[in-house]
Amino acid sequence: MSKPLTLFEKIWNEHVVADLGDGFSLLFIDRHNVNDMGARAFITLEKMNLPLRHPELNLAAADHMVATLCGPLDPSSVTSPYVLTARKYAEKFGVRLLDIGNDYHGILHVSAAELGFALPGTTIVCGDSHTCTLGALGAVAWGIGQSEAVHVMATQTSVQRKPKNMRVTLTGTVPAGVTPKDVMLYIIGQMGVAGATGHALEFAGPVIEAMPMEGRFTLCNMAVETGARFGLMAPDDTTAEYVNGRPDAPTGADWDAAVAYWQTLRSDDGAAFDQELTLDVSNIEPQVTWGINPGQVVGIGDAIPESNAEVDRRALDYTKLEEGAAIKGTPIDMVFIGSCTNSRISDLRAAAAAAKGRKVADGVTAWVVPGCQSIKQQAEAEGLDKTFIEAGFMWGQPGCSMCGGSGNEHTEIGKPGTRIVSTTNRNFVGRQGVGTYTHLVSPLTAVASATTGRIADVRDLEGADV
Amino acid sequence: MSEKFVSVTGAAAPLLRANIDTDTISPTRTEKEFGEKGGSNLAQFLFANWRYDENDNPLPDFVLNRTSFKSAKILLTGPNFGCGSSRESAVWMLKAFGISCVIAPSFGEIFYNNCFKNGALPVILDEATIDGLAKEAEPGEPEAIFTVDLESQTIATPSGKTVPFTIPAFRRQGLLEGLDEISLTLQRDAEISEFATRAKQSRPWAYPNS
Ligand code: SF4
Repeated sequence: MSKPLTLFEKIWNEHVVADLGDGFSLLFIDRHNVNDMGARAFITLEKMNLPLRHPELNLAAADHMVATLCGPLDPSSVTSPYVLTARKYAEKFGVRLLDIGNDYHGILHVSAAELGFALPGTTIVCGDSHTCTLGALGAVAWGIGQSEAVHVMATQTSVQRKPKNMRVTLTGTVPAGVTPKDVMLYIIGQMGVAGATGHALEFAGPVIEAMPMEGRFTLCNMAVETGARFGLMAPDDTTAEYVNGRPDAPTGADWDAAVAYWQTLRSDDGAAFDQELTLDVSNIEPQVTWGINPGQVVGIGDAIPESNAEVDRRALDYTKLEEGAAIKGTPIDMVFIGSCTNSRISDLRAAAAAAKGRKVADGVTAWVVPGCQSIKQQAEAEGLDKTFIEAGFMWGQPGCSMCGGSGNEHTEIGKPGTRIVSTTNRNFVGRQGVGTYTHLVSPLTAVASATTGRIADVRDLEGADV
Repeated sequence: MSEKFVSVTGAAAPLLRANIDTDTISPTRTEKEFGEKGGSNLAQFLFANWRYDENDNPLPDFVLNRTSFKSAKILLTGPNFGCGSSRESAVWMLKAFGISCVIAPSFGEIFYNNCFKNGALPVILDEATIDGLAKEAEPGEPEAIFTVDLESQTIATPSGKTVPFTIPAFRRQGLLEGLDEISLTLQRDAEISEFATRAKQSRPWAYPNS
């Protein structure tokens, strides 16, 4: 009998080109994603006079720095030096670019999966910390720095130290009105924002097995918010069904070989985890953050916890909330539904179903920004855009939009003092604009809040079918 | 060649907060300044949201605005420093300001790796030790000067104490010699190509067009 291995170890081991000693390995990289912010790495590569080793294993996108709220954008109108750099070098090095107008243009972590470029059993890197999103496919996917990206471009490998393994097993059943986003916020609340530092975080158990693929992306997306660089889940039939038929997915004999291999990708019985945590999700509520990191979170019916910790007091100072006060009912200014956490078709369907027949409250600005052009087209085919627009939401073009406050020409950020209910992944100080306060929630909570003007529980909405 | 780090001598600015994310170190708005390694005003934008008020006037209480820490070379900070976004500008900004060594109980992992690529040294010590260093650091320049030496893996404090630390040998060597990792890896060119050929045979579905 060989030693039982974790899912992570199996994929990692398969990609070790050389053992560099001291726990470091030279890993082969199957997929390198380059977003517009990361396109600067091409400049360094060019300066070093090095070729791009495997252009076909790279995928670039214009996502952070594109305007998303100005109606259809003419690709030639873009002035962002990030996007222009991505374009220039994608052409020079022969890399496919998901530019404005492309059927898969959008947030790269979303598009790479929609396209079938990201596959189970592969190693995937990108100069962006939310690359862990793609671990939901059963891949080893992680964020790297810009210098590391240059290394990948030049060598198709990366020097990495093997992390420890942690497993979170989710048991019970997710209650109505509670979404994968709430489950993940709850997990982060339990683990803390450094709870998995140094670990690859595997999600497992019956809740994951029953969870549709899109919810799995939402969980893995926020793995980095627990300090883990990697989040992942064993690929199963749900995964294969999701991948099958996508433009870049393998076909024919390759497909059969792929699926056969993916079936071997699960943690063996008896595999050693450095940390294990089991959480029952049966009694959790929709979650809302109250502070300035994603671990500062409560159930919507709960009061903001009393705490002696300086971090917590500093957070409340910033978000202008009181300990012991109810989070529900806090008046808000903006709602944002989108980002690589919650901009997939199932998110939009759920949000539209909750928004149908309601109106965005007076004084609230609300945006829905799909993650990828293919999702936008699907949503429009289903009439979801109409539902949103009738309810008073703005319907945007794919991109990161106000998630990171970097939307270029139209500066899609909140003004100082704006309280934003957001389906994104980070509520850091100033993340959505200097002096803004961000409350991380699910798409359902976002709609409930938009239509009442306060942080609200979707289960309280009259006639809400959740 | 990459930048070397051998040792640094200077004031150590205490900023003992937990979970300082890279959005805070290098605010997104400053990312709009474009350049291969960020904009031209890197040093100025470090911790911008904490260093300046809404009208961009320096806030006198913020540690790096205090005269005694304006030329700090070392940062003493809380756990999980550099968590969040992968932006390498967080390291570039610290370096541009003059800080080449950050001492914390733990680091965000991407930030930690980014340090080594830019001649910056991230040192992990327990919180109690860092609290002790912070007390000694408080007067700042010119009284409280530290030396962090990577060769001997020690910190010499103003009171004459020596605090040891360890860095993975692989990383330590890279910093001391300013090794260019890409050139090192490319010495294994043939090995990488052989691996790619084997991988294409065993997992053909993963490399459709190569
Ligand atoms: S949507 Fe937000 S978190 Fe995701 S890649 Fe874009 S800016 Fe980053």
